[in-house]
Amino acid sequence: MFDFLSTLDRKLLRDLWRIKGQAAAIIFVIAAGISLFVMSHGMMVSLDETMRAYYERYRFADMYAPAKRAPDHLIEQLRALPGVNDVEGRISGGGLVALPDVSAPISARVLSFDPEARSPINNVHLSSGRMMSPTRSDEILLLKSFADAQGLGPGDPLSITMNGVRHEFMIAGLVLSPEFIYALPPGDFVPDPGRFAAIWANKETMEAAYDLDGAFNEAILTFAPGANEQFLIDELDRLLAPYGAVGAYARADQISNKFLVEELAQLKTMGRVMPPIFLAVSIFLLNVVITRLVQTEREQIGLIKAFGYSNGDVGWHYLKFVMAIALGGALVGWAGGFWLGRMIGEIYQAYFHFPFLVFVADFSTLGLVLAISAFAAAAGAWVAVRSAINLTPAVAMRPPAPPKFKSGDGFFRAVSRLLDQPSRMILRRLARQPVRAILTTFGIGAAMGLSVMMRFNVNATDYMLDVSFNVIDRSDVLVTFVEPLSDKTILELQGMEGVTLVEAFRSTPVMFRHEREQYLGAITGLPDNPTLNRAVDSNLQDVAVSGDGIVLSEKLAEILGVSVGDVLTVEVREGRRPTLEIPITGLVESLIGTPAYMDMSALNRRLKEPNRVSGAYMKIDWTRRDAVYDRIKAIPLVAGVSLRREAYENFDKMIEEGPGVFRHIMTVFSIVIAAGVVYNSARIAYIERQHDLASLRVLGFTKIETGYVLLGELALLTILALPIGSALGYLIWSYIATAMSTELYQIPTIYKENGLGFAAIIVFLATAVASAFVQNDVSKIEMATALKTRD
Amino acid sequence: MLHSSPSADGRNLAFLTRDLSKVYGEGPAAVHALRGVDLEIPEGELVVLLGPSGSGKSTLLNILGGIDRATSGQAFFLKEELTAMNDRQLTAYRRRHVGFVFQFYNLMPSLTAHENVDLVAEIAPSPMDAIDALDMVGLKNRATHFPSELSGGEQQRVAIARAIAKNPTVLFCDEPTGALDSQTGVSVLKALQDVNTRLGTTTLIITHAAATAAMADRVIHFADGQIREVIVNDHKASPEDISW
Repeated sequence: MFDFLSTLDRKLLRDLWRIKGQAAAIIFVIAAGISLFVMSHGMMVSLDETMRAYYERYRFADMYAPAKRAPDHLIEQLRALPGVNDVEGRISGGGLVALPDVSAPISARVLSFDPEARSPINNVHLSSGRMMSPTRSDEILLLKSFADAQGLGPGDPLSITMNGVRHEFMIAGLVLSPEFIYALPPGDFVPDPGRFAAIWANKETMEAAYDLDGAFNEAILTFAPGANEQFLIDELDRLLAPYGAVGAYARADQISNKFLVEELAQLKTMGRVMPPIFLAVSIFLLNVVITRLVQTEREQIGLIKAFGYSNGDVGWHYLKFVMAIALGGALVGWAGGFWLGRMIGEIYQAYFHFPFLVFVADFSTLGLVLAISAFAAAAGAWVAVRSAINLTPAVAMRPPAPPKFKSGDGFFRAVSRLLDQPSRMILRRLARQPVRAILTTFGIGAAMGLSVMMRFNVNATDYMLDVSFNVIDRSDVLVTFVEPLSDKTILELQGMEGVTLVEAFRSTPVMFRHEREQYLGAITGLPDNPTLNRAVDSNLQDVAVSGDGIVLSEKLAEILGVSVGDVLTVEVREGRRPTLEIPITGLVESLIGTPAYMDMSALNRRLKEPNRVSGAYMKIDWTRRDAVYDRIKAIPLVAGVSLRREAYENFDKMIEEGPGVFRHIMTVFSIVIAAGVVYNSARIAYIERQHDLASLRVLGFTKIETGYVLLGELALLTILALPIGSALGYLIWSYIATAMSTELYQIPTIYKENGLGFAAIIVFLATAVASAFVQNDVSKIEMATALKTRD
Repeated sequence: MLHSSPSADGRNLAFLTRDLSKVYGEGPAAVHALRGVDLEIPEGELVVLLGPSGSGKSTLLNILGGIDRATSGQAFFLKEELTAMNDRQLTAYRRRHVGFVFQFYNLMPSLTAHENVDLVAEIAPSPMDAIDALDMVGLKNRATHFPSELSGGEQQRVAIARAIAKNPTVLFCDEPTGALDSQTGVSVLKALQDVNTRLGTTTLIITHAAATAAMADRVIHFADGQIREVIVNDHKASPEDISW
């Protein structure tokens, strides 16, 4: 059948077939690592390229400069700035969408758009319907993800409250936009397609709705080659300052882009951290298998050499053996990674709205993957292959010296006195090959580590959710106003039926400066003794926000390079636009975003705007929420409404469907590693000791008792692997949590015992399954045959 | 009933087989290892099985020892039919009644001589003391040595001590001296004969060395899977007088 192969190659194929179970186990471990690499790398490349192409084709703005009201003629001045390729002035306003069947208020972002522009900045991709007519003021374009979630389509009517006035529109077309790939409602950090609408309307309509005739409130720019970002930010801030500039920001700070880029960074981290763990384990497994193979084939090696095959022939033969396994792992892993990528790509589509997102089969990785696998194989086989090369024929054809054992001394002797003979056999064997025992323990530990890491991840997410929604923000509804209003508005909210508690806050956009660092953010003014939205420290205790000082989130302090006691320069970007010097009086832990807190009345005093509020956190009677929603929708100057409870549930759902899938994959992979290591170790131990095991059977030991001698060893190593796995999981998680923490999310490195318990169960299950296979081999021992041969 | 019949001289039968056959493989490649063996072995005898390689003596020993199964026919141990036992029953049979000594000793390399004997004593219902067993084979002073620290003859005597430590009803020895020089072989045979006379253990020994037959109560000659001849030896020789 294999006539075209050389004799040695035929031997190789048969040897591979003989150890097919072990080879398959190793192939799967390699494949798991490779597929993670291929998937994360491929997904990264796909997202990155899709993002670039999308941004370029639809002219995604390089910079945003919001203001309160800037005259249209200023645009030409902005266009003349060095480094500016194109500028548009647009009107961007908050609004509320009213749908007949939905009582909850739906936040909207309404943007002016010129349907006749040939290629406008932040162009939209028309998915269905048609472009709105430039002459019809009642036509709009609607974000497709929202329309899909609410069952809306071209031709349907839509009511939008803008600046307190309700307008009736007709949906002309559904669109996708590079600005809303990741579409977030204001104040939220989880996309909820049905709760956030992006809407595009004619400029005239927008001018009328927001009272901005002949003016714009946001300049969007594209860069010419060689543009200096910081220079342009400064210039825009300077030129727009008289018109209420909030602060220009570059594309990197645009929220949708920011989430997308962070997702890419997380994929990169995963692609960097995970595969090496799998490869290290496969190197070890290959090493064990090939070492054993060379040992059992000593005589054959001697014979082959005696026949005249060179050392090179022999070395190459065994190297090919491991290469074949590695190649199998690489190919299975590559195919698996492609499959995983396709699957993950579909999940991504639910959160990142691209007009196109194809997981590209990145063939450039195939070469890399093959090289990595070949390296793993060579590394694993090196010592064993060298020993095969170094065997002289005469030595090789003599059987190896019988294994020597020692009773051990001191502690070991004392322990073994307490044990029965089979247990002593287990201990002595481990003591005789400590390196292999240690590596096996680490292999199982690696599997457990992955599992632990995944559980810590779950714990951290739960903790983040819990802290964000049950400790820091305990409101049901967050209402934000178009502009700071008199605190009498709060009384109106308080008087509403079904509202149990209202807590006002003041928020103002600012530029923080300290020495050479600066950060565009906001200060939140909190009332005395807040209960719904609080500032808490890392022990989740209330931080006193009083006096004239400011309390910063740790992340913000880190960005600005400040600590308690420093004085921060704060350029306020609304109202009278004062520049303030404010001392830092505290730091707080914040897991989401980079907040800064002050006492509300102190903030208003410094702003010289007493008794102003930007919005309110509300606790409501959940059974009467529809009535509350209706009343809120009727308040004219409400810019946005965030339903915190739904955000919470939405976040939970997103975690389960998005990263949750990763977790399940990783759990499966950690089972693959544990089972691969245990099965291989057990098989090798079985083959090495077949003779002893057969003897035990003959002496009257039952199958279970015989299996104990073999599997008890692995059970012991598995138990020893638990603390190692816990430590590894701890290290990997600490690294990942730090690497993946960003301005948007700070991943808390918390460690819970139940994570360890779960991982231990996973490892034990995998060990049990692998052991069952080997126990089956023990049951099938041919006693009569085994005894006839001498090892 | 077949198995209830005592032997000619009135002693109970340790083993009795009727038309016992064993075929390995199938079709043209089939090997008939045993072809209808009828055999009676009285309790307490030392029996030597002689015959060339492949004559079926090991196969018979394996079936009587409960580590292999017959293809057809019956084999009885005392009043129990071995050929009707399942795996679990055969394990229990070996555990309770059978001691084995192999050509290559088959000691556990990770256990000392004493521990190798204990290995079996721990699972036997009424074992003798391990040291006593080692004493019987003259190795009491080597009890703490590992197999790698013992000579071949010593290892084989440890294997005998291990086999007798459980106070077995029968002792099976497959080429116990096959890997040993003659002087060492004699010491091993001596130990076996000692056990047979002092404990009355029915002992079956397979050997290539025809001279060993001189120390047996009964010598069974095998050829081509069948018994050719059974000789009852009335004048047993001492192992020291045997040479090969």
